[in-house]
Amino acid sequence: MNGAQLRSVAAETLAGDAQKLRDAGGRIRFAYAWSPNSDEVEVRYLLALPNRRDFQMWTLKGDRGVPSLARIWPSLGWYEREMTDLYRVRFTDHPEPYPLVLRQGSSTQVNGYDFAERSASSGKAHLPAIDATDVQQLPFGPIRADVLESAEFTFFYVGEHIIHYQPSLFFKHRGMEKRFEGCRTDQAVIVAERVSGVGTVAHALAYCEAVERAAGCEAPVRARALRVLLAELERLYNHLHYLGHLCHTTTLKVGEAQGKLLEERAKQLNARLTGSRFLRSILVPGGLRRDLAPGTWLGEALEGLRVEFVAYVERLEASESHLDRLITTGPLSRRVAFDEGTTGPVERASGLDRDLRRDHPYAHYAELPLVVPILTEGDAYARERIRIAEVEAAFALCQRVLLLLEPGEVRAECAPGPLSEGLGWAEGPRGALFYAVHVGGDGRLARVKIKSPSFSNWRAFPFTVHESNMMDYAINEASFGLTVAGCDR
Amino acid sequence: MALWTLFGLTSGKATTPWPAGGSDGQDGVLGMPRYNPEACREGCGECAAVCPTHAIEARHNGLFVDYGRCVVCQLCTEACPTGAMEPSNDWALGVRDRDDLVWSNDARRSAAAQPSGRGAFHRSLHIRHVDAGSCNGCESELQGLNNPFYNLHRFGIFFTPSPRFADLLLVTGPVTHPMLEPLKAAYAGMPEPRWVMAVGTCAVSGGIPGGGYACGTGLEGVLPVDLYLPGCPPNPAAIIEALLMFLDRTPQRLRRGHVVG
Repeated sequence: MNGAQLRSVAAETLAGDAQKLRDAGGRIRFAYAWSPNSDEVEVRYLLALPNRRDFQMWTLKGDRGVPSLARIWPSLGWYEREMTDLYRVRFTDHPEPYPLVLRQGSSTQVNGYDFAERSASSGKAHLPAIDATDVQQLPFGPIRADVLESAEFTFFYVGEHIIHYQPSLFFKHRGMEKRFEGCRTDQAVIVAERVSGVGTVAHALAYCEAVERAAGCEAPVRARALRVLLAELERLYNHLHYLGHLCHTTTLKVGEAQGKLLEERAKQLNARLTGSRFLRSILVPGGLRRDLAPGTWLGEALEGLRVEFVAYVERLEASESHLDRLITTGPLSRRVAFDEGTTGPVERASGLDRDLRRDHPYAHYAELPLVVPILTEGDAYARERIRIAEVEAAFALCQRVLLLLEPGEVRAECAPGPLSEGLGWAEGPRGALFYAVHVGGDGRLARVKIKSPSFSNWRAFPFTVHESNMMDYAINEASFGLTVAGCDR
Repeated sequence: MALWTLFGLTSGKATTPWPAGGSDGQDGVLGMPRYNPEACREGCGECAAVCPTHAIEARHNGLFVDYGRCVVCQLCTEACPTGAMEPSNDWALGVRDRDDLVWSNDARRSAAAQPSGRGAFHRSLHIRHVDAGSCNGCESELQGLNNPFYNLHRFGIFFTPSPRFADLLLVTGPVTHPMLEPLKAAYAGMPEPRWVMAVGTCAVSGGIPGGGYACGTGLEGVLPVDLYLPGCPPNPAAIIEALLMFLDRTPQRLRRGHVVG
């Protein structure tokens, strides 16, 4: 696969290899299944080795039982369950052998079989048997108060104290990966842009990079620089929304209004630059669909926004009522963050120093000065401060790109050959995002796997809710900045 | 706290006076393509070939154009060699009748000024939102409605936590299989009179994910829809305009696929 070095592994030695990788400080980032032909299934694991810019990928025949790695790499548990749901791969000794993205008994036709009749796993994740009379069970969702995404949560609590918390996701599973199949590689970017609306650029960028690697082409330098600009503009409006929403949960009303007003300004700049408030309809494999003209107005507008942002942060930092609710709330330990594959600002607030933009540079990031803020406290306050620092860094990156931008082509020929494969990645506002793209014999897409940041972060989040209290729940959830659409796909 | 109060007071008003003058905040926003049949070349079909949601189909008597399926991807405007599919700023496409989203030669002015019988809700409408599998783009814009720039409350329109207090069920997403029953339950929990609004192309017709193994094709056949607003996603001004149109406070701008007024 272009972008990752393939190595075939055997089922017998898989667990040992995984343990060795872990001991060496490496990491399995995600796993997926695909069908090279109609009666074969192959399982793939993407590996990141310490201090290495390239990725490795293990491949394994998935037709017979595959040993589950979930006990060594807890984060793989969900990937394995998804492969069982969609490709009927059987994992032996899985700690949670239940369907994940599909519901038991649902008569879904997927990859040529009926899930209700021939699913390879059954049952559902059980809730703990707590039958003490003073423990109350609160099911909440999937339709929640306010304008929020659909997901169901179960709380076990006594008074204000939460004993156990279990989210049930995938109500929003749309089967987006399947929507790519059969599409032309240039047009499928429209699908990638609609996997997670507030991650439009990150998804489109990772997809385009994957197709470009498959084709062995590179976007022109102006296109790569503008891609950085777009990716950082996306980070800006996402993090500004995050701060406004966090103030909402700490009931800092004017802080909420100001955060969301700054977000609105950023979105309006997006529209003025690209015609889309979500920066859609610009990226394409090979570069950009059309050139952008940021002129001088964008730099001036961003500087105006930055000045307001700095004053906003000063006021936040001087608001004790806000800080009191964040400090020590929802601490996530470095160990859990690592085990669950946590990514983005959440992992960087728990002491994990990783950022795809720096560690595996793409687009034009290798040529730009990049600050990666790291904190070790792991609480809601650390998660807020990481995002604040990332907003400041994003402003600086945008200005640098605008300064260095040279006229030139923005689109190169990009036509991946039959049966080519490519891996693409991007560090979105919520963290690491990967696309693995397989092109079929007809030159159209045969399989696209999306590894989204929220898929990992939702796994870590419950660890910060157990043994916490109800008053902090909304603040803690907001401090993670999760999306459901990205996770459920 | 004093510093926030002072800041709030000295910052002045951030809310746009729009739609009574002022900016709608959508400078540069690209809307759905404007169809100019007189520029269309017979037998070309380039636009229909690239359209990812079959919003444009080449038929023997010309193009079939359904704005209810358009995801605003602009592929047709790039593919069209003659300018028959032209980029536009047409984003205010809220309609009461699904047929008004389908382009027709016969631009009849259907039911232009009929009162809707919603006079009692003219200045007080309560909305329950249900996410039936959106990409979160629509939610992002719905959440934007309450930011200081749009300030939805000034119209007397509010989001409410319970369907029991709601007049309007606002649905986003193509309706994934697991969300079908919760969605119907929310509708069943609403008191009469009750209405349903489909927001975003996914809810109107399924959009990009529609018809896959995991979801349906929007609200058609699931709930009776009273107000359609396609867009991917519709921007906050478009949502406000559609809601005001629904309450007879502003005229419907799209009729049989033609933008009027």
